[in-house]
Amino acid sequence: MFSINTIQEIFDGLKHNKLRTVLTGLSVSWGIFILIVLLGAGNGLKNGVTSNFSDRATNTVQMWTGTTSMTYKGLKSGRSLDFGNKQLSDVDTHLNETSNQTGVITKNLTITNKSEFGSYDVKGVDPSYSHIFNLKFEPNEGRFIDLLDNKESNKVIVIDKKIEEVLFKGTTSLGKYVKVGDLMFRIIGINSKKARFDNGTAFIPFTTAQYIFNPNMKFNNIAMSVNGLTTKKMNDDFSDKLKKTMGNSLSFDQNDPQALYVQNSQRDFLQTMMIFDGITIFVAVIGIFTLIAGIVGVSNIMLVTVKERTREIGIRKAIGAPPASILRSIIIESIIITTIFGYIGMMGGIALTELVNYIMVQTAAGNPNGPTVFKNPTVELSYVLISTGILIVAGVVAGYMPARRAVRIKPIEAMREE
Amino acid sequence: MITLQNINKTYDMGQASLHVLKGIDLHIAQGEYVSIMGASGSGKSTLLNILGILDNYDTGDYYLNNKLIKDLSEKQSALYRNEMIGFVFQSFNLINFKNALENVALPLYYKNVSRKKRNIIAMEYLDQMGLKDWAYHLPNEMSGGQKQRVAIARAIISKPQILLADEPTGALDSVTTEEMMKVLADLNANGLTTIIVTHEKAVADETKCIIHIKDGLIGSIERK
Repeated sequence: MFSINTIQEIFDGLKHNKLRTVLTGLSVSWGIFILIVLLGAGNGLKNGVTSNFSDRATNTVQMWTGTTSMTYKGLKSGRSLDFGNKQLSDVDTHLNETSNQTGVITKNLTITNKSEFGSYDVKGVDPSYSHIFNLKFEPNEGRFIDLLDNKESNKVIVIDKKIEEVLFKGTTSLGKYVKVGDLMFRIIGINSKKARFDNGTAFIPFTTAQYIFNPNMKFNNIAMSVNGLTTKKMNDDFSDKLKKTMGNSLSFDQNDPQALYVQNSQRDFLQTMMIFDGITIFVAVIGIFTLIAGIVGVSNIMLVTVKERTREIGIRKAIGAPPASILRSIIIESIIITTIFGYIGMMGGIALTELVNYIMVQTAAGNPNGPTVFKNPTVELSYVLISTGILIVAGVVAGYMPARRAVRIKPIEAMREE
Repeated sequence: MITLQNINKTYDMGQASLHVLKGIDLHIAQGEYVSIMGASGSGKSTLLNILGILDNYDTGDYYLNNKLIKDLSEKQSALYRNEMIGFVFQSFNLINFKNALENVALPLYYKNVSRKKRNIIAMEYLDQMGLKDWAYHLPNEMSGGQKQRVAIARAIISKPQILLADEPTGALDSVTTEEMMKVLADLNANGLTTIIVTHEKAVADETKCIIHIKDGLIGSIERK
């Protein structure tokens, strides 16, 4: 089938019809090029929005203890409840949906640097707090509390960017000491995640906070991140399960509305997921429609090409070309054209999206995490290859249909065609 | 060589149908030089197309070289055309993006002759037609007479048993027409059965047998 003779004849034909070959090829190249560029643009939008909303992309649950309002197993109502380390480990062992959890001890204290001071929430937390709430540390702006700090109850503090601006007036605060209440703490990190409502929060190791504020080792707030709760119902079920677990652990009725307060960020979370889903669908729709446009374009040019060759086909038949041989030539020819030019278009598209990405990375070098709606507009290679393949197949099918018809026409009629 | 028995052909034109050949009986022996004459619409071109297996017929029998040519598959008729029949058309029907040499060599491509070999053979045939110097010219760079000679070279390169010419001089002036008739006469002199469809009396007079077709029937046969 792929004899040298056939291939030679096909390339002769292509060489003699340079304009037609190039125009056909360009339509294929252009189709694939546009497809990749549009998919890239869609992906860029998706990546940009994703990076913008990534701090909302985790589902955070917090709970606070209250005072019981119902009797439970002989215990009277009106008991004031507190968490201890047992409840933390109960969360870990009984609730598989949680991945990080920490006790939180919050005090409002005055933080002082020389003559500057302010009143801030100071939270004693475990290292996992940073993951639960997606705190952000720029290079050269230190780190969050680590396990060692917690183990040794170090007097170290992490402050929000807002606090640094107020207390240090634009100078760097990292490694310096501030007075928190009556004690001196060394600043080990500056958190740049913007707090939405408050004027800034400072963080110290959980154990340090317990020693200073809560010698009885009790606390009333636990925060955790949960995974895989993608619907409202799943979140409600989780809250019920959480109340039941805590009810067993702290001995209260799980239907008691005042014993435990649970706050779930599911609304934010689900909304963010909807935005992501929406953009994914948007990109997919762009891709599918561009692909359809490409198929139509390639098919159309193939149709015209074959139509234009009706007379030639008639002549070839008159001098004794078997129909199968003509059909085969046309199909091999369209495979050659679409593959070669499809490859060119594919390379062009990849080159352009990579170039745009490179330029964006370069220009954004000073501020890689700055707000953006467009980021990394590249397409996965597998998508590129599949869509190129689809266009090539479409081109071949589109060439085959009219070719089969043209081959069936009687040579006399075909030769009359101009 | 050629035997036609009661050949009928009707064209379907939507609601009306056109009965073009109404029972043709004809015998043409090997090496004959025949012309078919008739008014336009008499069915002479249809007859030639049936002889050339370019068209099929409805009833009757057509024997070419003792083979019954009836209800052939596309593939089979292509093979017979390639092996037994050479065509010359009024409008030359050269492939206009191929040069003279490639046009002449094309029938050999479908016989799976290698390119090198078929180009050598094609060059010989072009030389025989006096067109060696024009081998690498495209058809639109040639005169009508030259194009028709390229077409003849292409028709005879596969050594057919019959040569069918449909108004071969229709697009040529009188001087070139004479040249062309000489070429055809030479080919016939070498034993090639030649059938020409024409409406020019002067052309028909050069052949040895004139068949007059009238209203889809053979009117008379003039032998010299």
